[in-house]
Amino acid sequence: MSKKLRVNPIDCAGHGVCAELLPELITLDEWGYPLLPAGPVPHRLERQARRAVTDCPALALALADAS
Amino acid sequence: MTHHATLPMPGPAQWGAEEPPPVNRRPDGGHGGLLPRLMPAHPGPVDLTEHVERFGAPPYRGAPRRLIGDVEAAGLTGRGGAAFPTYRKLAAMAAGRGPAPVVIGNGAEGEPASSKDKALLWFSPHLVLDGLQVAAEAVGSATVGLYIHRNPRLQERLEVAIAQRAAAGLDAAPVELTEAPHRFLAGEESALASRVSGGPALPRFKPPRASQRGVAGRRTLVQNVETLAHLALIARYGPGWFRSAGTPDEPGSMLATLHQADGRTGVVETTLGTPVADLLRLPAQAVLVGGYHGAWLPGAQAELLPLANAALRPLGAAVGAGVLAALPADRCGLAETARVVRYLALESAGQCGPCFNGLPRMAGALAELAGPWPRPQAQADLERWSGLVAGRGACHHPDGTVRLVRSALQVFAAEIDQHAHGHCTGTSGRPFLPLPAEPPLDDTDWR
Repeated sequence: MSKKLRVNPIDCAGHGVCAELLPELITLDEWGYPLLPAGPVPHRLERQARRAVTDCPALALALADAS
Repeated sequence: MTHHATLPMPGPAQWGAEEPPPVNRRPDGGHGGLLPRLMPAHPGPVDLTEHVERFGAPPYRGAPRRLIGDVEAAGLTGRGGAAFPTYRKLAAMAAGRGPAPVVIGNGAEGEPASSKDKALLWFSPHLVLDGLQVAAEAVGSATVGLYIHRNPRLQERLEVAIAQRAAAGLDAAPVELTEAPHRFLAGEESALASRVSGGPALPRFKPPRASQRGVAGRRTLVQNVETLAHLALIARYGPGWFRSAGTPDEPGSMLATLHQADGRTGVVETTLGTPVADLLRLPAQAVLVGGYHGAWLPGAQAELLPLANAALRPLGAAVGAGVLAALPADRCGLAETARVVRYLALESAGQCGPCFNGLPRMAGALAELAGPWPRPQAQADLERWSGLVAGRGACHHPDGTVRLVRSALQVFAAEIDQHAHGHCTGTSGRPFLPLPAEPPLDDTDWR
């Protein structure tokens, strides 16, 4: 099952850690909040994506089943 | 054949927060007596005696689920703005497992341009309360509430109505009233669930939706109060009767709040499919459809359209909660939109970074476009920020704001050109679209 990145925008405080850990997929907007890809996370980046999720200081990022 | 209300509209143009809104009544049932359905045909509210004389006791079906087939056949959709099929919400709630769900009637009409829910609660409270009871029965719930904006006069009337019904033994489930703060977003479903649970009326991240985990953690059915009133009538008269008004795709009557170019405003009961030109006195420079999360349409285009999602959605507009406003020729559409977007920015819950940062900037850029000689960069910024905030909130506040802004940039494109040369076609600076007289008190005022 392919996975998709989701952010809880209420919890997200714009630390920007996710964009540092996963620059291939995540960029920050001009206010420092992450812009996530609309599509699924490519298999080769899943490990990095998991790391971004676990290292988010606000616990705002999640990997959900892409449906 | 369409059925619609006649103009002109009686009643004062403006009403205070505690005053009942003006309602336009059709003097005789000129269209076969079909309308009004929800509103009384006489001035003044319907009390319990009159209600029971006319409609009888609440139309219980005797067991859960029995009503749902009729609601499906009737084609009733939510009248709070989203137009979601009501039977699907009822069926999902009735089929869910676990403790019995909670049912809340949503009368928190935060939209400053809409008065129809307040009018309905004021004039026909017992249809709403009947609807609450039959909805609760349909989904097997005994925990029922009504959520309304803080308004002492309305609240007192509803408390009396609820007490009278309880004394008469009409209500299977007791009804608890909860006050909503005067915030634009207070009626958002997850904000409602939070407030009725005793918390602040702030939108929450989904999932879980209120239908999964809402009031006090229980599955919660939230229905707009007008939807409930229709439900009460469908339970009595059946789907065939309901469909005798409206269009096959969008059946039934609906309440709309009209803002005429001459400044008069009022609530009217009309049918889906009624020509906009029969509701608003046109021509108008532009028509705002669906309220402050809605869209502007050029007056010449709106003139040809029916009030129906089938016609409006391809144009990026929607019936929403039934707000129609005809912009007078002497007002600047950019200035009007800038006022509204500033209000919407102030009404952001401030919880989500993109909304919190983007909306005030968008309001500022729009204010620049509304003035003389805006920098070309202002429009470019506005378009970029619109793209940045859309779809990035826990609720739809940024999305709705972007819809309004983008429609304004399109419909008032010629006006933007005028402003770029230091001209404005608006000759009156008097505000047209209604906004609350007082700004929100402070960030903590969410209860």
